Amino acid sequence: MSVKVMIPTPLRVYAGKRDFAEFSAATVGEALGGLTTQYAELRKHLYTEDGNLRAFVNVYLNDEDIRYLAKENTPTKDGDTISIIPSIAGGASQNAI
Amino acid sequence: MATTTQPQTVAKSSTSLSNEEILRYSRHLIMPEVGMEGQLKLKNAKVLLIGTGGLGAPLGLYLAAAGVGRLGLVDFDVVDFTNLQRQVTFGSDDVGKPKTEAARARLSNLNPDIQVDTFETKLSSENALALFKDFDVIVDGTDNFPTRYLVNDACILLGKPNVYGSIFRFEGQATVFGMPEGPCYRCLYPEPPPPGLVPSCAEGGVLGVLPGIVGSIQAMETIKLILGRGENLVGRLLLFDALAMKFRELKLRKNPNCPMCGEHRTINKLIDYYEFCGVRGEEAPGPDVQVPEITPRDLKSRLDRGDDLFILDVREPHEFQICNLNGHLIPLGELPRRVHELDSSREIVAHCRSGKRSAEAVDFLRKAGFRKILNLKGGVLAWSDEVDPSVPKY
Repeated sequence: MSVKVMIPTPLRVYAGKRDFAEFSAATVGEALGGLTTQYAELRKHLYTEDGNLRAFVNVYLNDEDIRYLAKENTPTKDGDTISIIPSIAGGASQNAI
Repeated sequence: MATTTQPQTVAKSSTSLSNEEILRYSRHLIMPEVGMEGQLKLKNAKVLLIGTGGLGAPLGLYLAAAGVGRLGLVDFDVVDFTNLQRQVTFGSDDVGKPKTEAARARLSNLNPDIQVDTFETKLSSENALALFKDFDVIVDGTDNFPTRYLVNDACILLGKPNVYGSIFRFEGQATVFGMPEGPCYRCLYPEPPPPGLVPSCAEGGVLGVLPGIVGSIQAMETIKLILGRGENLVGRLLLFDALAMKFRELKLRKNPNCPMCGEHRTINKLIDYYEFCGVRGEEAPGPDVQVPEITPRDLKSRLDRGDDLFILDVREPHEFQICNLNGHLIPLGELPRRVHELDSSREIVAHCRSGKRSAEAVDFLRKAGFRKILNLKGGVLAWSDEVDPSVPKY
């Protein structure tokens, strides 16, 4: 099952600047596992130390939030798209660097 | 903390348009979706804009142009030169003026018939409910997590729609929170990110026109809510990728267990949002990393003396193109992989633009065993101020 994982802008710096990656996976969890194995620095941004998805990171399978499906056990099929949506807050100004 | 408000006129509900208004809004009136009835709805509407910056600019302009009868502008900031890259309400003459004052002048010029109230104040748990209660729609154009949660909670407590937009570099999000059958911000993000974990340092910056697009989408949604026309973004998260020029949409569900808008509300008043987001004080979030430092003047003295210092630049390649101190460039994100390029027996001075990223670099390297490493306090900006003004600030 080839699934596409979209990588949001704030996390691309930890994923070799890529905006998406493709993996063979049967569940959402497997696809994310593939992603964090290939890009180890992403792991701490997506998961807590106990291995749970961080609460401010939302994961969608196609257009549905996985919290309302089977979470990381949600099965995937060929051509599915997984989106990672972290919270962003920019509006009036940008944070200083 | 200045609070400037215009004298609050008790607005009577308007039931008619003058001949001049009919002419001004003729392009609205000739559409059946608006007509006289719709234009009167706009005239009687009261919209509060939280933030008059990148998103607030198109918002204010288009809502004023459309004839929204009363606009409130909340912003405590002054116009900065770097704002002009995207905050198109302002002109060069406005630099240094309070944003609410400059915006009010611009919007009143565009449409003298509307009432523009200004609130030059920082939105807080103490003033939000009182500020919001006289308005029909709240539009969130702010730039930080504590205020996003504050605006959300105040809207839910008061039963006001919250037209939400946010941006980051070249991506944007838009939706409408706060409608009775729809989700709220906490349904989407029950918890804020801890400061320092959402990368903002090396990924700062924004395409100026991006908030122009997202703010215009917010203005459109606000007008549709007032008119009661079309399908709005309740329960839909619109995602915009400007570089790919793609719009996508995700379903936003109302969380039945949401502590704010769910079946069993547990939050009944506004909280300390800075504490909730783990941010102390008024500065932008970011852990204050304590590392050994060197000032630009001291660095200059030591270099002039001939000291053997290795300058490590942890900025991005495109920043190096703007200006550099002849350092060895290893962007912060690549440091763990490229640490072997550094010689721990040499004395290293790390720098970035403002000193924040390089502080993280020094912290990382010290933990990796480097002992002779200093952070350039204030970065390139301070170097330009204190040592070499020919180095451009950006």
